[in-house]
Amino acid sequence: MVSGQLRRCIAVMLFWMLAVPLSALAQDDYRYPIRDRWISTVVGTPVQIQAPLPAREDIPLRKRRVTVFPDREMPKALWYDGKMIYTVALQKQKAAPVMFLIAGTGAAHNGPKNLMMARAFYQQGYHVVSLSSPTYPNFVGSASSTGVPGHVFRDAEDLYRAMEVAWKDARGSRTATTYSLIGYSLGGFNAAFVAHLDKQRKTFDFERVLLINPPVNLYNSISLLDRMIENIPGGEDNFDVFFNDVMRVFSDIYKREQDDVGFSEDFLVKVFQAYQPKDEELAALIGLAFRMSSGSMIFVTDLITDYGFIKPKGYQIDMYESLAPYRQVAYRIGFTDFYHEFFYPFYADDYPGMSRDDFIETMSLNSITDFLRGADNIFVVHNRDDVILAPGEINYFPAVFGERARIYPWGGHLGNMEYIENVAHMVGVFK
Amino acid sequence: MTASFSIRALLRLCLFLPLLGLAACSTPQGDLSAFPEPTYSRDRLVADDIAERDLQAGIYDPWEGMNKRIYNFNYHFDRTVFVPVTNGWRRYVPGFARKGVNNFFNNIRDVRTLVNSMLQLKAEKAAQTTGRVMINSTVGLLGFIDVATDMKIPRPNEDFGQTLGHWGVGKGPFLVLPFLGPSNLRDGIGFLPDAYLQTELYGGFLAKPLRSTIWIFDSIDTRSQVPFRYYETGSAFEYETVRWLYSVKRDLDVEK
Repeated sequence: MVSGQLRRCIAVMLFWMLAVPLSALAQDDYRYPIRDRWISTVVGTPVQIQAPLPAREDIPLRKRRVTVFPDREMPKALWYDGKMIYTVALQKQKAAPVMFLIAGTGAAHNGPKNLMMARAFYQQGYHVVSLSSPTYPNFVGSASSTGVPGHVFRDAEDLYRAMEVAWKDARGSRTATTYSLIGYSLGGFNAAFVAHLDKQRKTFDFERVLLINPPVNLYNSISLLDRMIENIPGGEDNFDVFFNDVMRVFSDIYKREQDDVGFSEDFLVKVFQAYQPKDEELAALIGLAFRMSSGSMIFVTDLITDYGFIKPKGYQIDMYESLAPYRQVAYRIGFTDFYHEFFYPFYADDYPGMSRDDFIETMSLNSITDFLRGADNIFVVHNRDDVILAPGEINYFPAVFGERARIYPWGGHLGNMEYIENVAHMVGVFK
Repeated sequence: MTASFSIRALLRLCLFLPLLGLAACSTPQGDLSAFPEPTYSRDRLVADDIAERDLQAGIYDPWEGMNKRIYNFNYHFDRTVFVPVTNGWRRYVPGFARKGVNNFFNNIRDVRTLVNSMLQLKAEKAAQTTGRVMINSTVGLLGFIDVATDMKIPRPNEDFGQTLGHWGVGKGPFLVLPFLGPSNLRDGIGFLPDAYLQTELYGGFLAKPLRSTIWIFDSIDTRSQVPFRYYETGSAFEYETVRWLYSVKRDLDVEK
């Protein structure tokens, strides 16, 4: 596939570019090569320096579908999302530790990052159960109790239920010796609250939990991501022009390639891997990818709840009806708009008398700081230059987790997640 | 016998598609006037010219209702038949055998590219492909070994849809083909001579009963090369995104 070729091409390019600084900084012991937070976030880890792991074909990854809420009636336009889809890889021997994985914002159970972790922990002898983010449309439709994701405590309950249902559905004759949990990005944030919930519920009594590049305060992070789209030259109203430019780049690459380009969701991001775009362009691109994913989530949420946000309340969209008018609107709505005009009013009744600012503060790790400080089975991995953290937020992790926090000097948002040293550390946490 | 049964069946199906369309394509936007205005109504949020500026919507799809029905049919067929079969193919057939089968069909597909490169007077692609087919059919043992790629001979791709496009035939309406997925009227028609050519080639070295069964392996091989799964892209607007990407890609293919 082309993406693989592009990645290799970039990797070679980067090695040329970075060969000198790398040797010049030999005294520095962290060798992930990309120092620019935007490039690392978009490009990720070049293939040559990814951790060697078994190929996807070499481990028994199975996709399964399970009903979480038997009585739920799906809106016609989402008829295909009634069952929760997840991925599982079971060891041959019956008794083994179980590893649950939670994906990041808008990402699927079988996205590349979850599958990387599945490969790593299957190799370590775990039964692996991989779940989508609570913001992933299929999860919103099939496994969210309210249909409105983003609420830290509700999401944790939904995930907890999903984990119980999935393990029961998948296990067959297998047994779990222990349970562990990893989430990345928003999934890491979710994992902290799932661990918190587990203290009361005790179904899993987690052996270890690892949070990879989580936000501290949800609102701060979505504001940052929202604002990235403002980097579009000429502002958001030039969305289409920018999109056109991106597509021209895409076309240029495509026409030079000999093979066919496969259909892939993050094709926009891959296209830019072959260029050396400016930081603002990269930020705009990340913002664009975030917008497309959040727009889709908002639309699904609106359909499930019949809240009347994009679609008129009470109106049932037909299975075969064109969704173009809703897509055009959904892609124009920022996540922060959704937060203020849908999310907050929807949940405000749960917290009578609480101000908007206090509500925002509740949707953050701060609301379980004491728990996190004392939980010696919860670990965190982060990058000092992560683009989803507000200034100073990175200090939360060493302050609260102490020795259980590993902060890398660079790597952007998840850029270094597949880097050989990061994977070694990730696996090491569970030993 | 020249054309296999599947081709004739397909032809017949294609003839019926437009009729099906007339019966089933109507998907008017529901009458929204009876409902309260949503928080973010289209009128409030989106400029009047958005429909013209919206790239993803700029694709002619008068048969959207029928297309979505076929799209959904493909989803069910994919889930119940196609994907389980390709999964089994991947699980139980050793990698080298699958690669051999893939190489074999690619060699046949290269003949399609060769013919269509010639029809478009594209000398370089025709030369490359001639080289590929000659080497792979002989040294590569009827195509089962892809020697040409090891020799770094590029593998361009041309089909009759592209040939029609090259000579100025427009795409026509977007069309979702049963089993095959997204297409348009031009490419759907272009598929027929390509498929005919392919069957003739099988006929060159295969006994009659094998000719129709080989389509099954061709389909399995084709499907297992494509990671796409219906309704699993994580976008609530998947149909439109697929429609748009397909059109963009085919425009580029024609230009290429």
